[in-house]
Amino acid sequence: MRILAFLILLAAPVGSIAQIWEDRQVFGPEGAAETLRIISSTDTSFFAPIISDYITTYPDTAVEYLVTSTAELDAAFRSSPAQYDVVISSAMDLQLKLANDGFAARLSDIDHPDWAQWRESLFAFTSEPAAIVVNTSALGALPVPNTRQELIELMRAHPDTFAGKIGTYDVRQSGLGYLFATQDARASETFWRLMEVMGSMDAQLYCCSGEMIRDLRSGQLLVAYNVLGSYALAQAQTVSDDGQTLAVILPSEFPTTMMRTALVSQQTAQLQSAANFVTHLIALQSAGDPANFPLPPLSAAPETAGQTTISLNPALMTYLDALKRGTFIKEWENAILQGE
Amino acid sequence: MTAEVNVTGSLRRRLALILTGGAAVLAVILFVVVRALTSQIAQQEQDNILSASLSSILDSAAIIDGQLQLDFPYASLSMLGTPADDRVFYAIYEDETFLSGYGDLPAPQQLRIDRPEFATHLFNADPVRIATGARTLIGTDGPRVISVSIAQTQDALALRLNGISRNVAILGIGFFVMASALALWAAATTSDQLMRLTTSVTRRGPQDLSPVAKPVPSEMVPLVGSLNTLMARLDQSLTQSEDFIAEAAHRIRTPLATVRAHAEATLQRVENPENRKALHAMIRAIDESSRAAGQLLDHAMVTFRAENLEQVDVDLNELLSELVQRMKPVAEMKDIALTLETEGPALILGDPILLQNALRNLIDNALKYAAAETAVEIRVKTEPTLTIQVLDDGPGFAADEVETLSGRFVRGKDTGNKIGSGLGLTIAQAATEAHGGHLSLINRPEGGACASLHF
Ligand SMILES: Nc1ncnc2c1ncn2[C@@H]1O[C@H](COP(=O)(O)OP(=O)(O)OP(=O)(O)O)[C@@H](O)[C@H]1O
Ligand SMILES: [Mg+2]
Repeated sequence: MRILAFLILLAAPVGSIAQIWEDRQVFGPEGAAETLRIISSTDTSFFAPIISDYITTYPDTAVEYLVTSTAELDAAFRSSPAQYDVVISSAMDLQLKLANDGFAARLSDIDHPDWAQWRESLFAFTSEPAAIVVNTSALGALPVPNTRQELIELMRAHPDTFAGKIGTYDVRQSGLGYLFATQDARASETFWRLMEVMGSMDAQLYCCSGEMIRDLRSGQLLVAYNVLGSYALAQAQTVSDDGQTLAVILPSEFPTTMMRTALVSQQTAQLQSAANFVTHLIALQSAGDPANFPLPPLSAAPETAGQTTISLNPALMTYLDALKRGTFIKEWENAILQGE
Repeated sequence: MTAEVNVTGSLRRRLALILTGGAAVLAVILFVVVRALTSQIAQQEQDNILSASLSSILDSAAIIDGQLQLDFPYASLSMLGTPADDRVFYAIYEDETFLSGYGDLPAPQQLRIDRPEFATHLFNADPVRIATGARTLIGTDGPRVISVSIAQTQDALALRLNGISRNVAILGIGFFVMASALALWAAATTSDQLMRLTTSVTRRGPQDLSPVAKPVPSEMVPLVGSLNTLMARLDQSLTQSEDFIAEAAHRIRTPLATVRAHAEATLQRVENPENRKALHAMIRAIDESSRAAGQLLDHAMVTFRAENLEQVDVDLNELLSELVQRMKPVAEMKDIALTLETEGPALILGDPILLQNALRNLIDNALKYAAAETAVEIRVKTEPTLTIQVLDDGPGFAADEVETLSGRFVRGKDTGNKIGSGLGLTIAQAATEAHGGHLSLINRPEGGACASLHF
């Protein structure tokens, strides 16, 4: 029974800031008393129902939803923190550093489990594992790999099939890709072997999960590593016209699980509305109704079924250290860019 | 007899105040000292963790192919996670060159290689604890000094200190409450000793002036000592004044009796009517003087005894029948029938000598002022209050005088030649009032006086 009274405006260039948004939409009534500016790394399609529900509860607020990649989001927000009210990102490390550096307002009224928040200023609201996504139609008779080790063996056994048809994040561009890669590297040596094998197969590098899934569906990719499970599952459920089917595999030895987090800018002029939005977001999350919360809600406990959820801890800043990052990128490049 | 006493404060209160005040001061000192100590320990704990983190970062420094590498472990920062989610900052320098971290983090003036330096600074508007350490690496081009500062906000520390403060405050209050209870108890037992002495002195009979024999605490020895001497002196002076009164009575009455005897003897020998008249007047004056002296001494005695009233059980019936027995001869001289009528037992707590004196004066009046061959009746009534009435068939009291007759030396105008001093009713009234009663004088409707003592 959602009244379609919301104006959805199409993207329009914003003032003087030379920011290229992947998407920009305004929800809510024209001439609303307040307009909440949300900067996010999550596709609008996932957030539209959440924002609509929020506006039903707070009808005199409009929401401007801006989408960009995690790394650009971090840079844009750091350069002008007063421009944005709410920051939503999947790059937990960048978000935690924002909170650590004092960019996040403390919201002490929000009741949220300890492991899903940091300093009452950074709030996790999804649990999303990094997945191996396989185009099963194109894979043919070959077995579907269930672990990283099986993936390595499969690629080694059929180098011709996989050459040029493997995709993963370019960790230099994507904040989330870098987070997944560093957490994988921290957990197991297998990661580096996998990167080396992928490098020897001329792996394709991507900025975002969405593009990897698009190329998987088109058959350009056979396997993509460390794709966001939530995006992939949404696609896997719909069988595309050309009959390509996707399988989403959570590596059974240690699936790396990320939590999407939200924070309210310390310098927001609309603290109450921004806090309301985060509270509302968390409430929708715990209700877990897919109709108005299309993202995977937080799993009950952080360490169930061998899932390793990246925890909100100052240690997340370790790999953001310039020296550490330099070393890691160099090692990663050495592994994955063998052809060049 | 309760005399006015000037009061300044209370020993018990003063003692309790000093002790509880002392306890309060001690409790505050306890709070401050324990808090200071525990906050020192808590700070030490934070320093230890910072120090561990710092050395794990420094240990990871290495020179590989002439390049400085600082591949510090994830644990370096994860060990700094706290329940309050404290913020963490760090800065890494090679010699004076900033390498990574937070460049604006305050660094100590002088670097020490041997052990980490700790300091508390304000950073990003929050107080932070900063640990700074350095390490020298020997490269091919000579020694290179790597210095690392690692800082953590103090939210968890503040939270812990608040918790500790609350506990220590509870401890301090508990200590204060217990110490106060002890102080009050101590003050109570101390003043209890005084109270016990006081009651033992108050409970004594007025005639008991013996020294306090019960053992007392050494601090009270001077007080009890001087009390004992005072009582000894009082006892002595009381005995002296009683002796003095008896002596005075004796000294006045004896010579008067001698003079009267001489006057009587002379009267026998004198024939001249004028001389006889003078001698009669003389004897009468002597009688009056003797009566006055006797009544004066009785009055003095009553006044004295009333001030130190003795409290013994007195059976008024017994006292009266004895009195009637003694007065019978006087009544018989005037052919007056003296009778005693009792309603029931009449017991009273008091001084029998005073009561006897009062009643004797009333009976004396009745016998003196009533006509011969009449009846004097003594009635003891127990309802509604204990009352003793002395009734006669005489002329009764003159209506215009009855108010004043109990005054000192006041006699009625119409007493004829009856000898008297005007002190009898005064004595009766004083003795009755000492027992909490009063004297009433009325005339009987059928004629005659009715003097009553109401208790
Ligand atoms: N029973 C009585 N009947 C009549 N008048 C009385 C009676 N008792 C006392 N009075 C009057 O009261 C006066 C005072 O009495 P009170 O006993 O004080 O003195 P007193 O009898 O005159 O002298 P004394 O001191 O020798 O008794 C008497 O002088 C007398 O006038
Ligand atoms: Mg008399």
